[in-house]
Amino acid sequence: MTPPLARPLVSAPHSSEGTNDDGAPPRQARSPISAPAIAPLVQFPPAAEEEATTAIKVDIRNIKFFYGKVQALHGISLPLHDRRVTAFIGPSGCGKSTLLRILNRIYELYPGQTATGEVYLDGANILTPGLDVNRLRAKIGMVFQKPTPFPMSIYDNVAFGIGLYEKLPKSELDDRVESAVRRAALWDEVKDKLRDSGLSLSGGQQQRLCIARAIAVEPEVLLLDEPASALDPISTQRIEELIAELKTDYCIAIVTHNMQQAARSSDYTAFLYLGELVEFDETERIFTHPRERRTEDYITGRFG
Amino acid sequence: MELYSRRRLTNWLVIGLSVLATAFGLLWLVLVLSTLLINGISAIGPSLFTQMTPPPGSSGGLLNAIAGSLVMTLIATLIGTPTGILAGTFLAEYARGSRFGEVVRFVNDILLSAPSIIIGLFVYEVMVVRMGHFSAWAGAVALAIITIPVVVRTTEDMLRLVPSALREAAAALGAPQWKVIVMVTYRAAAQGMMTGVLLAIARISGETAPLLFTALNNQFWSGDLNGPMANLPVVIFQFAMSPYADWQVLAWGGALLITASILVLNITARMLAAWSSFKQ
Repeated sequence: MTPPLARPLVSAPHSSEGTNDDGAPPRQARSPISAPAIAPLVQFPPAAEEEATTAIKVDIRNIKFFYGKVQALHGISLPLHDRRVTAFIGPSGCGKSTLLRILNRIYELYPGQTATGEVYLDGANILTPGLDVNRLRAKIGMVFQKPTPFPMSIYDNVAFGIGLYEKLPKSELDDRVESAVRRAALWDEVKDKLRDSGLSLSGGQQQRLCIARAIAVEPEVLLLDEPASALDPISTQRIEELIAELKTDYCIAIVTHNMQQAARSSDYTAFLYLGELVEFDETERIFTHPRERRTEDYITGRFG
Repeated sequence: MELYSRRRLTNWLVIGLSVLATAFGLLWLVLVLSTLLINGISAIGPSLFTQMTPPPGSSGGLLNAIAGSLVMTLIATLIGTPTGILAGTFLAEYARGSRFGEVVRFVNDILLSAPSIIIGLFVYEVMVVRMGHFSAWAGAVALAIITIPVVVRTTEDMLRLVPSALREAAAALGAPQWKVIVMVTYRAAAQGMMTGVLLAIARISGETAPLLFTALNNQFWSGDLNGPMANLPVVIFQFAMSPYADWQVLAWGGALLITASILVLNITARMLAAWSSFKQ
């Protein structure tokens, strides 16, 4: 299994402002929920210094995942903090998208895919059998790698999810659609053509439409599966700005292949490799002083 | 260089053969259409659409046959389209990878290629014999049985073309499966599915065998669905085989009429399909 850590956790000088200069051992961030029965692959780091109290919104514990008989995840445990961005990085096939797709149980659309373990959303296990997955998915929004506008008008795209669970009068619905589209930084571009097909937008606009559609439902968690990988640099930048803006309200998990993107837009980073969680830490520490050799090799581009 | 010129030669040879084969295939189509036009055009006139099928030796038209064909095709489409779309939806959305779905798909493919005379005989046995007489209902049912497998197949194919990312995106918003299908997947596949329905209509509008045993024919105007009803294919069959010159002219006219309407249906279907792929 994992060798003992070569370096003490706190030995690395930490460059962020407000560093723990008292040299105290790291606080056990997930003390109420850490499961000693599970051999910890990773030790959990202290939460960001300035926000040690950030609540854990989603707690992933000992998740194993199977595509048929093939095991894709081997016992992943990590927390997602509220109002923070957590990036999942790792080479293709490491299981980062798989992990994301467990969090809203979207994998269940395909027979033969099974997950074991627990995912606690505000303390309640969302993997409980018999749970209403539709209501769960209304609480956990998702944006996919390729923009997926529905074949309907821009307005209807955004109103689609709202209409599923709420019956609003027209004017209120208009307001909800407008505010979602505004938050997705798309309003100025589409306000005069809300009745046009969502498919008529450019790729970057379509992706922002999908984000608007996801936040219009007012979810608590946003899952972003490589949301910018199919976009040009300018659209990518807009999406990243959007993520920074949205994290003031949401717990965000983002899968990305782009190291710079993970470094720029996330607060925490989880490095997965071959279905195992190699390292989870504050993004800054992962990118400056990773504890694991494999993490360092990956982020410096030596493999993957 | 020798190898290269040999390849060039082979290339030209294969292209030449392909063009010849295409021309050979098209030749027959052109011959069929031109024969129809030459012989049928003289029958096309106002009387064709306003007068009933005549007794031999007097003038008349095909009004009752046209109306009968329209009525039976309409009923067959009304029965066949919802059934076919629902079954196709089941296969594409609910029975993916299931054993039962495989069996249903296989059976549907057999039905798709079943000779239409078999279907005519089947409906004759279960409806005409039981009812004791030929009827337009029996004809419509026979045509519906031909429609269903076509619509099932095209519906399933079109729904499968809808990217699963779109379904995932709708499901990820909390939409239950039936809403995903009705509000998103159907919309994405609508034009393709419409195309399938049009092609099915084109297919049944020329079918003779299933009607021969079911709706039979009727020399007169009839709005009674429980009785025999005139229809274009059987009238063409009867008139074309007759020794009377005026009946033969009407048969040519009817044949031209059916061909023209099938052509229109096919072109509409093509335009719908092209429009949908353009929109995507």
